[in-house]
Amino acid sequence: MSDTSVSDRSGWRDWLMSTSPASRRQARLGQFYRQWLAFRSNPSAMIGLVIVVALLLIAAAAPLVASQDPLVQDLPQRLQPPSWAHLFGTDALGRDIFSRVVYGTRVTLVIVLLVVITVGPIGLLIGCAAGYLGGWVDTVLMRITDVFLAFPRLVLALAFVAALGPGLENAVIAIAFTAWPPYARVARAETMVIRNADYISAIQLQGASQGRIVWKHVVPMCMPSLIVRTTLDMAGIILTAAGLGFLGLGAQPPIPEWGAMISAGREQIFDQWWVATFPGLAICVVALGFNLLGDGLRDVMDAR
Amino acid sequence: MQTLANKAEAPLLDIDNLKVDFHTPTGIVQAVRGLSFTLGRERLGIVGESGSGKSMTGRAILDLIPHPGVVGADRMLFRGQDLMSMDRKARRKLRGRHISMVMQDPKFSLNPVQTVGSQIAEAYRIHHKAGSREARERSLAMLEQVQIREPARVYDLYPHEVSGGMGQRVMIAMMLIAEPEILIADEPTSALDVTVQLQILKILDDLVSQRGMGLIFISHDLHLVQSFCDRVIVMYGGKVMETLPAAELADESARSRRHPYTLGLLNCLPDLDRPREKLPTLNRDPAWLA
Amino acid sequence: MAITIFGLLLVTFLIARVMPIDPVLAVVGDRAPADVYEKARLDLGLDKPLWTQFAIYIAKVFTGDLGTSVLTAQKVTDDIKTVFPATLELATLGTLIGAVFGVPFGIFAATHQGRWPDQVARIVGLLGYSIPVFWLGLMGLLLFYAKLGWVAGPGRLSIAYQDFVDPITGIVMLDAALQGEWDAVRDAFSHLILPASVLGILSIAYISRMTRSFLINELQQQYVIAARVKGVPEWRVVWGHALRNAVVPLVTVIALSYMHLLEGSVLTETIFAWPGLGRYITNSLLNADMNAVLGGTLVVGAVFIAVNLFSDIIGRLADPRAR
Repeated sequence: MSDTSVSDRSGWRDWLMSTSPASRRQARLGQFYRQWLAFRSNPSAMIGLVIVVALLLIAAAAPLVASQDPLVQDLPQRLQPPSWAHLFGTDALGRDIFSRVVYGTRVTLVIVLLVVITVGPIGLLIGCAAGYLGGWVDTVLMRITDVFLAFPRLVLALAFVAALGPGLENAVIAIAFTAWPPYARVARAETMVIRNADYISAIQLQGASQGRIVWKHVVPMCMPSLIVRTTLDMAGIILTAAGLGFLGLGAQPPIPEWGAMISAGREQIFDQWWVATFPGLAICVVALGFNLLGDGLRDVMDAR
Repeated sequence: MQTLANKAEAPLLDIDNLKVDFHTPTGIVQAVRGLSFTLGRERLGIVGESGSGKSMTGRAILDLIPHPGVVGADRMLFRGQDLMSMDRKARRKLRGRHISMVMQDPKFSLNPVQTVGSQIAEAYRIHHKAGSREARERSLAMLEQVQIREPARVYDLYPHEVSGGMGQRVMIAMMLIAEPEILIADEPTSALDVTVQLQILKILDDLVSQRGMGLIFISHDLHLVQSFCDRVIVMYGGKVMETLPAAELADESARSRRHPYTLGLLNCLPDLDRPREKLPTLNRDPAWLA
Repeated sequence: MAITIFGLLLVTFLIARVMPIDPVLAVVGDRAPADVYEKARLDLGLDKPLWTQFAIYIAKVFTGDLGTSVLTAQKVTDDIKTVFPATLELATLGTLIGAVFGVPFGIFAATHQGRWPDQVARIVGLLGYSIPVFWLGLMGLLLFYAKLGWVAGPGRLSIAYQDFVDPITGIVMLDAALQGEWDAVRDAFSHLILPASVLGILSIAYISRMTRSFLINELQQQYVIAARVKGVPEWRVVWGHALRNAVVPLVTVIALSYMHLLEGSVLTETIFAWPGLGRYITNSLLNADMNAVLGGTLVVGAVFIAVNLFSDIIGRLADPRAR
């Protein structure tokens, strides 16, 4: 029994590591496996992965992890220092900070996902179009991108939220509005390289339409860089969202948003340090997790 | 005093069983596996295909093998001094002053943000206590020796402002100004136009014979090595296939004594006197590396 | 360049137009009679087509008219003139800290590539990318001001010194020094050092990472090997040859970092009650003072463009190939 399972496993390994894959699927899986091996040997990247996975699990199981309802006020218990009953202490309204931090993972994830879902496709579309079509399309699109890059991201987001009014949705829109240019840049640079590759010429000679070439051959080749870019950008998005929340322009109370929680703890910082400290630590850990993960992914997926 | 006399007797370079290994995540790559030779005041050619370890041999002599690489040797002596037991600093002091190297492409091997003159002067000042004026005068004289007509003008040019041929002369001047005993020339002309290749080789040859230096000439070009060197080492896969006097490469009667790999290389060369329908491809026997 | 400035103006203009706040009400107040309201509306040019309004806006900006702040009842340009030096002071010292520590740190990581100093630099660098600047500021205040008492608290100058120092350049430390008020200089420094360090830490993370990757790239070049062949000592290979070639991209990175810090100052200034442009923008924002917000945004954008241009010029001077 044990003999066969061992040889089975090494058989899988050989199949994955084969230098002459028999099918497209084998080649793709083999590449994934090799990248995974490289990724696994990088300790900091693995720490990042653990943090991000933990974030997802905590967000999914927030009601189980949290010890109390994050919104329930308990005024007699206000501003209690950390203890077994309240791991991170309580805030000015007597709410349990640990539970609020736990539920805050959901808010953070929602913001990050909404921004990425909006920004990724827009950046990809603009970048691939500019890079593949070239000419005046490229010039116009890149000019627009330059204008947005010339703006300080947070300040532009601030001006936007000011115009649209504070709130979670508007914060997401404002961040998305300021976050797309780097994606477009990356996608364009990749496309420019791919466009001149021989295999694209070969597909053109076979008579494929432009749309098909871009969608089936250019876009997939841009994906690794974009995934890396996105992961590294997650931390930036989290920080910008927290900054907006801190200024009272993001998620509105009583939503347990980490930036807003820090802002609420600001008045008591010298006396009740825990109110502002723990949400900030949460931001640090999560942002670091995404940064470590992105950094590791870049080493594995992006040759440069 | 007696050691000095000994050193004068000893060959410039005496290498036995040189190995260069690279430790990579997928295993050990052996770039050089057991190379032995001695170098006197002569022109020694090392030929081989790319990846045969010829360049790594030059780098190993200079202690310039990059990070994951490890150098080992039973014996590596420079004029009787043991290179293997020397510390990094002592090895560094040998570089340029006693053993030097001309690299392939002057476009990339000259520092783009310094004038060519200052780069030559730097090579001099590292090894000699000299003021900037003396270093400049030496450099100008050196530029003249590599047959640059207006040394004072060229001195102040940046690398991107000189042609490939002139860049390589600057490179030679820079590498010879400290008067080393050994010069390693690693494909010194393969990045240059055919028209200037011969000029550069002539300059190199003149300086080497004037100064009585030892030259290690690394190349993939059999013709060039045959006409330019006294002795030739043929390398393949990090190992020496054979060592022979350069004259014998051209000698038809000696062909039967040649190593099959050398013969293979020779047969791949087109010959105007005896045109052939098809040039044979090179056969490589794994047994040669055993 | 010109197109970027044009785009900057267009975006700020459009933001002003999508504002749900009625700009006329902001001028005349809620209870103004209809004729006063109508007159103000005409004065503001709001009856004209959008592109005419945009042309008027551009003309006004170029004559230095950014409108009047509702909050301070002063011209926005005058407001900005008084607050901008404070931000400049903060961002400049922050960048200086970032460059002085970040560059050697990055060099150290690059010359020990793959070994532990490199790993430490990598984690410290990523940590710098992960800390919210406003939280770091709060923690700094908590530790160094409240608990240890090493530095002065929020603000630019203690009240005791505020009357001693007349604004000349607007940079408090410089002004105090010019007037020979050395105690005031020390006090100003004590206020400045913490917020500047907070910004500096962000800058160190960015600059050291970039320095590392530029230097690793240069150290792989052939000319570095050539320098080693000549017998150049390793420290000189790194500092004299490789780093000298990395100067151009490094200048760009330091300039970029300066811009990041101008941006970071928006949040930092709020924490440290620092009377600079960032706090001006956020204060105006919270009070729906749109002229001030857009004026401030425009100025920050303009500084971005100027710094970019400046780093371009430096880059050209440092590279003989571009001269």
